[in-house]
Amino acid sequence: MSSTLDNLVRMANQIATNLKHDADPAAAMAEHIQLFWDPRMKQIIFAHDGTGLSPDAAKAIDALKASA
Amino acid sequence: MTYQPQTDFGTPASRSEDQVTLTIDGRETTVPAGTSVMRAASEQGTAIPKLCATDSLASFGSCRLCLVEIEGRRGTPASCTTPVEPGMVVHTQTPHLAKLRKGVMELYISDHPLDCLTCAANGDCELQDQAGNVGLRDVRYAADATHLGQTKDHSNPYFDFDPSKCIACSRCVRACDEVQGTLALTVQGRGFDSKISAGLSSDNFLGSECVSCGACVQACPTATLVEKSVVEIGTPERAVVTTCAYCGVGCTFRAEMRGEQLVRMVPWKDGKANRGHSCVKGRFAWGYAQHQDRILKPMIRAAASDPWREVEWEEAFAYAASELKRISAKYGKQALGGITSSRCTNEETFLVQKLIRAGFGNNNVDTCARVCHSPTGYGLKTTFGTSAGTQDFDSVEDSDVILVIGANPTDGHPVFASRMKRRLRAGAKLIVIDPRRTDLVRSPHIEAQHHLALRPGTNVAVLTAMAHTIVTEGLVDEAFVRERCDWTEFKDWADFVSLERNSPETLEPVTQVPAADLRAAARLYATGGNGAIYYGLGVTEHSQGSSTVMAIANLAMATGNIGHRGVGVNPLRGQNNVQGACDMGSFPHELPGYRHISDAATRREFEAEWGVALDPEPGLRIPNMLDAATDGVFKALYVQGEDILQSDPNTQHVAAGLAAMECVIVHDLFLNETANYAHIFLPGSTFLEKNGTFTNAERRIQMVRKVMSPLNGLEDWEVTQELARALGLDWNYTHPSEIMDEVARLTPSFSGVSFDKLDEEGSLQWPVNEAAPNGSPIMHIDGFVRGKGKFVVTDYVPTDEKTGPRFPLLLTTGRILSHYNVGAQTRRTNNVVWHEEDLLEIHPTDAENRGIKSGDWVKLASRAGETTLRATVTERVAPGVVYTTFHHPMTQANVVTTDYSDWATNCPEYKVTAVQISSSNGPTNWQEGYDQHARNARRIETAEAAE
Repeated sequence: MSSTLDNLVRMANQIATNLKHDADPAAAMAEHIQLFWDPRMKQIIFAHDGTGLSPDAAKAIDALKASA
Repeated sequence: MTYQPQTDFGTPASRSEDQVTLTIDGRETTVPAGTSVMRAASEQGTAIPKLCATDSLASFGSCRLCLVEIEGRRGTPASCTTPVEPGMVVHTQTPHLAKLRKGVMELYISDHPLDCLTCAANGDCELQDQAGNVGLRDVRYAADATHLGQTKDHSNPYFDFDPSKCIACSRCVRACDEVQGTLALTVQGRGFDSKISAGLSSDNFLGSECVSCGACVQACPTATLVEKSVVEIGTPERAVVTTCAYCGVGCTFRAEMRGEQLVRMVPWKDGKANRGHSCVKGRFAWGYAQHQDRILKPMIRAAASDPWREVEWEEAFAYAASELKRISAKYGKQALGGITSSRCTNEETFLVQKLIRAGFGNNNVDTCARVCHSPTGYGLKTTFGTSAGTQDFDSVEDSDVILVIGANPTDGHPVFASRMKRRLRAGAKLIVIDPRRTDLVRSPHIEAQHHLALRPGTNVAVLTAMAHTIVTEGLVDEAFVRERCDWTEFKDWADFVSLERNSPETLEPVTQVPAADLRAAARLYATGGNGAIYYGLGVTEHSQGSSTVMAIANLAMATGNIGHRGVGVNPLRGQNNVQGACDMGSFPHELPGYRHISDAATRREFEAEWGVALDPEPGLRIPNMLDAATDGVFKALYVQGEDILQSDPNTQHVAAGLAAMECVIVHDLFLNETANYAHIFLPGSTFLEKNGTFTNAERRIQMVRKVMSPLNGLEDWEVTQELARALGLDWNYTHPSEIMDEVARLTPSFSGVSFDKLDEEGSLQWPVNEAAPNGSPIMHIDGFVRGKGKFVVTDYVPTDEKTGPRFPLLLTTGRILSHYNVGAQTRRTNNVVWHEEDLLEIHPTDAENRGIKSGDWVKLASRAGETTLRATVTERVAPGVVYTTFHHPMTQANVVTTDYSDWATNCPEYKVTAVQISSSNGPTNWQEGYDQHARNARRIETAEAAE
């Protein structure tokens, strides 16, 4: 994995962990990424095969990718 | 022109709402109850002679010069210690009083050098004035025993102490006590032997505990304590009120001038942030403005390895524009971006983000708040609805319990710290949550009731354990929560914090805070009256920085400590205009006023004003820009007033990112470390050389006024405008006030702000709008900006940065009093006498285990890199924790810090880095290599001689 992708995977997992108590964690994480990540960061994480992503993070990113 | 100091009313103003009417010298006057006769007289224009009285200090009554006669009273009471009473009839000038005063003055002058013509205070000396006022014409006493001819103390780099000129009025001692709160000065001896001493008699000022705030110098009525700059230059002839460019307190000063030469900076007594006080930086450390290192001509070069070539402004703008256009055409507009400065004005910051959004065509704009208080923006907006603190600084005067977490205000925000300490000396209780034993934990007449010396990185665990205590012990202000907050969210939060896994006892092994101490602190905060939380970068610069801010907000809401004086959530902002830079739309996801770029209605307003279509997608944050640069897709950066190479984490990654760019434009006062990778250098102007506004930590917008012409020829906003014009943007601002007018048109919370209004009011705290035309000192009074306050569950998540056998210690970084941020300004002043280099603080046990003594060179190594610096062995840090500052470029503490960052904002985790310390005998390879690179990168091509 490239350094940028490593960072994005780590960030996604961090976000998922910190939003796990939200009423709808996947939706909250998807909204967070939509609001704060630039298009290129989203493209990189969307193109990633999911390696290293926590299940919660992967679920949120899949949901966001589907709505994009 | 004759020097005109600010009016000195002799004693402080009374805050009583009751009014008292009396007669002074036949004129009826009405003043608040509790006002002294001296002040009442002064307010009606009658200046009673005085020496020991000044309106920044409580009345003292020692000089016996301010005597008055009051009908119906015996004797001649001192007007400074006599409060007004209804119907009182006062006479300030009678033959009897004149005789008494002349006698008093005669005694003073008999023991004072008569060198007025050559004295530095000539024309600005209260003793000289009073001698004239009382009509003293000769001195009858023989000069047998005097204090004349004593040795002067020149040790302080900024002021001299001449005991021969001292009249023992104690104003300096009282200023150190009452205003600054350091209590460094004292009166030694009694009677004729009385003399002012800085600490022990063996101490000089430099070697004493004096922090050089200047309060004593300001209070001195003679030339006993006088600025060296006045000695050297002479008495000022005019003064301009402006705002300090150091730290988020936002002190206002009178810049006292002769022509275009700054003589001294004197704190403005009417300043609502500093109330007439100052610190060593704002008061004295302005010499960088005229330092020989300043670059005054634009410079360009094709590659960072080339020497710089000085050019005219036109060529620099044309070259910059051509490079930006070339890169945009070749790599796409997303390859460009910029960084606004928290040291520049609101107007300049607004223009830089406008240039990027409207000129570059993207939202790749960020600011240094990314690496300091971006979690504050996120956390407080989420919980309260506004990305800012809730109080004004005056609020602390009504606090009963002050909780300081992750902040070291006596070093980072010293002027506010003095006000906080004054309140603590008056009886407020103190809780400090910090891994280090900061000065605030125990200082003269102040001792924290609780110092929770937590393990770095466990803020959320500590605050959640406090919440557990408050909820499970029934200390919640339920009425407040039910009325003001979302009750369902509160219940979810309360259920979570009540879990046994969040109890102080369960978390003690994690936090290393004794459970009983933590419970006691929580009880005190919840039940001790008005509870105010002040926090700093020890809260935000963590992987859970945003969570910690929200955990703080949760505590304040749960205990009802929001919405009135004395309480609140108060981020102590780092740089002078970091609040303003955030307000002005410096984040890549927000337009000015914290409105998301994806909001079409907001975007339309800006598009209509600016005449361009805006990108609806958020842009890159600073660390993402650097990642994109090393990936080869981000190629051009305009950096105004920021030195990311020294201040941002993981220096080697920052260097790699900058080196990968094809056009780095640095707009700064000096060839800073980032400029070592730059292709275009645009010289900047200091705060003394431009007009505009700064916004401080209490949301207070204050005027910055030009006191001298820019040495480079242009104010910073003009530089940005010319760059925009070179790119084809039709900008035609003629004054920064026009930029603020545009901000007001586009930003609801600034809709009532204008330069005229600021001139009229002195300052304004946003929001300033139709509902609050004179601003909003305290927020969320009747309801939160977002409606109902939002409780957020903040579950403690340990950082990914782990200690282990290779890196067993935790490094945390911070600041000291005498230096500011990367030190670019303060290192170019005499402040270096207090801090010549960054030092590594290490606990005696850790030092002994490694054979390290104070003064030894040590290697500081982490997973990111290694550097060397000297050690100081101290119990200020706990075992297992080491600490250093990042003020000096050759230390490069950020070579060691990592890429780990806050989950919500990417604010770097400066406060937790796993490290190892070992003895060292020289600089690291990185330091040696960087030093060579920096020397090479700073070469400036010598101009060819004209034929």
